[in-house]
Amino acid sequence: MIALTSDPIDLGSAYKYMQADGAGAIDFFLGVVRDNTQERPVDRLEYEAYDRMAISEMQKIVDEAHRRWPILKCLVVHRTGLLRIGEMAVLIGVSTPHRGDAFEATRYIIDTIKQTVPIWKKEIFTNGEVWVNATP
Amino acid sequence: MHELNVPLFLLALFPLLWIMNAPVNVLLFGITRDITGQTAIRHSLPPNARVSDLLAQLHGQYPRLAEIRALLVAVNGEYADPDQELKSTDEIALIPPVSGG
Repeated sequence: MIALTSDPIDLGSAYKYMQADGAGAIDFFLGVVRDNTQERPVDRLEYEAYDRMAISEMQKIVDEAHRRWPILKCLVVHRTGLLRIGEMAVLIGVSTPHRGDAFEATRYIIDTIKQTVPIWKKEIFTNGEVWVNATP
Repeated sequence: MHELNVPLFLLALFPLLWIMNAPVNVLLFGITRDITGQTAIRHSLPPNARVSDLLAQLHGQYPRLAEIRALLVAVNGEYADPDQELKSTDEIALIPPVSGG
């Protein structure tokens, strides 16, 4: 399942979704909002997505993960909008028969999302704001 | 009415002008929204214009786009090569460096 949502992500329902009889491992990656960037205090983050393309690019990543690893269930949910410190911005879930594949696939999915999916993060400080990675 | 005074030969040019300068809609995200102050722009392109032509024209119109580390273009929801030709019916988007996750 792949989704963008402006609502808080519910880990409990995600865990229920990830269960599979053949699964010996369920891995989750939670990307959460940190209170600083390069020692500068962050007040909150704002995420913006090009929705249709973000979904299709995430689908490509999940399809590739399915080709590489024996995945039973896979979940990718990304937040949009304003997020406060500690809130979950992204949740990746992978269930596989054995743990090694789940670890590798989860890492592949989050690392590739950061490279190709059209979602943008603005860091908002008490005295300014900056689009992450946008300028040199 | 004023419109009735337009010479007929000028009216005949309108379809040609439309083809010559078919406007495209360009969606904007992230820093490109801040730079242009808009969420989308209408932009006229000559026939057979390519992605690289659009980028060159937009950089001329909005010089601050040069501040962006790397600016890509998506056409109909897919990353496009610089030499891809654009049609007025395409959904075009500027894609500044992504920072999801």
